[in-house]
Amino acid sequence: MSFPSRDELIDFVYEEARMIDDGRFDEWLDLWTEDGYYWMPLDYKQEDPHLVTSLLYEDEFLRKLRVERLKGERTFSQKPKSRCHHVLSRPFVDEMDREKGLFVTHTPFHYVETRLDEQFLLAATARHELVLVGEELKIRLKRVDLLNSDAAFGNIQLFL
Amino acid sequence: MGRYSGNAASIEALIRPTQVHRDVYIDDEVFDLEMKHLFANTWVFVGHDSQVPNKGDYFATEIGRQPVLMARHTDGDVYVMHNRCPHKGTKIVIDREGNTGKFFRCPYHAWSFKTDGCLLAIPLKKGYKDTGLEDSEAARGLAPVGAVKNYRGFIFARLNPEGPGFDEFFGDSLSSLDNMIDRSPEGRLEVAGPPLRYMHQCNWKMLVENQTDTCHPMVAHESSAGTAVKLWESLDKPEGTTKPMAMEVIAPFMSPYEFFEDMGIRTWPNGHGHTGVHHSIHSDYSAVPGYFDQMVEAHGEERAKAILGENRHNTVYFPNIMIKGPIQQLRIFIPLAANKTLVESYIYRLVGAPDMLLQRTAMYNRLINAPTSVVGHDDLEMYERAQEGLHSDGLEWVNVQRLYAEGEDMDETAVENGTTERQMRNQFHAWKKYMTMTMGAAQ
Ligand code: FES
Ligand SMILES: [Fe+2]
Repeated sequence: MSFPSRDELIDFVYEEARMIDDGRFDEWLDLWTEDGYYWMPLDYKQEDPHLVTSLLYEDEFLRKLRVERLKGERTFSQKPKSRCHHVLSRPFVDEMDREKGLFVTHTPFHYVETRLDEQFLLAATARHELVLVGEELKIRLKRVDLLNSDAAFGNIQLFL
Repeated sequence: MGRYSGNAASIEALIRPTQVHRDVYIDDEVFDLEMKHLFANTWVFVGHDSQVPNKGDYFATEIGRQPVLMARHTDGDVYVMHNRCPHKGTKIVIDREGNTGKFFRCPYHAWSFKTDGCLLAIPLKKGYKDTGLEDSEAARGLAPVGAVKNYRGFIFARLNPEGPGFDEFFGDSLSSLDNMIDRSPEGRLEVAGPPLRYMHQCNWKMLVENQTDTCHPMVAHESSAGTAVKLWESLDKPEGTTKPMAMEVIAPFMSPYEFFEDMGIRTWPNGHGHTGVHHSIHSDYSAVPGYFDQMVEAHGEERAKAILGENRHNTVYFPNIMIKGPIQQLRIFIPLAANKTLVESYIYRLVGAPDMLLQRTAMYNRLINAPTSVVGHDDLEMYERAQEGLHSDGLEWVNVQRLYAEGEDMDETAVENGTTERQMRNQFHAWKKYMTMTMGAAQ
């Protein structure tokens, strides 16, 4: 791949969501750059991930920890396991900066997570900042803004 | 009227020295009585005054189930009043915070109130001429709560006009709040951003008890903290690699029983208490460059060392908050129903201290207290299983017996082995006292 096409960027975003829904979390971990962050702000239009609380701001170590924990023998909140389901609207390609090698998409989506008799629905928007590492697209930043980020939630255990 | 209303003896019978009856967690009538008595007779945390820095700023919250609002008045003081129009009951504000200018104006018929709650004006006032309005309770404006105290920025209120005084209620336990505040070189905290809001399908007291439950971390959090420790080891970093901040935060949850035994628990009268008398899971955080020097400058070396040498873990202020002095956090366990509790987790900036401290605090909050937090998932799973399990008729009593000693006196401050359940017993002792204080004898 020299430079990704619009369609390739869009396919990447869909494929990522499908990996999560399929529970292919180890593959999902490989989608990120080493210094990539998975960010879910707490506040509407939050700009700072450091000096106020976020719901998530996860580096490689914390993403791995999550995935390892989901497999754990003594992970009682995952007995039984949760399942999730993404419905994406077609991603907008907001930026294709070939010079910087930076590609940005904007994807409104609905997310459903279920476990036992409970199921909940979240509406969210994902912003992917993708970069080329060698020939492969990787996620440098995935920012997920929940429509109701200021609401009270029960456990959200998988990945949006 | 059910079994418990107006029947103090039946409430007292729910608490035994080493056991509590499941109805304290699952019975709707007991819950209603908690709202009516316990949350009215005690000093309940309302908010921090940095949430209403300017005149006219307000913050809306609940004391128990009572909607209240706290506002900065033109005299510079913070007032707490019921969020209910004296005309026909409309809530004066429904957003969580904002600025109302010089007065509150009810959106229904435009009665207006000063920011201390006093009635300011009524449109078409002549309609009340000779009706005796001035003698009605409506004319007194937004009903104030029974008493308010601003303790170094932390606003507490007691709903009942009569009851224990603030100092009498908290006593020496205020040393934990003092330590948290003294960690600012300027002796001041400021709330940093909105709180995490985490809904729990369990009784609020399970959360309060868990704050000093030192025998669960290495078990319930093996899945999160244990996995973190293993993952870090598996990365096989060269000797001397600095641990990431996240590891510093999460790994101590896996400390062995001896660590928690040795950390100690202190209980104070009226249900307050804390873990981490000698050390805690917050003791070994790396130093933040420049901070100690600022503290020495502000307080002198000896005092700076004394302040930073305290590493209290969780301090419970009965009935429903917990603070962590060393990392400037406050969690409030807001009771919504016998089986429903909203947990809000706030963080504070140490005014004048390096940002790195706040960064660690924010990280701790999202790693441990968020609805998306792996540690939070571990805990909530246990609470919700307990809430369900308590409906089993196999047994009716919950055991809180660890390191019980006959003749325990909860009116005495005590320091004990860090794995004692004395603080839980202390809470129930206070619970009984403040539940029955205004209840009267059996009818
Ligand atoms: S209800 Fe508030 S003015 Fe009428
Ligand atoms: Fe816990």
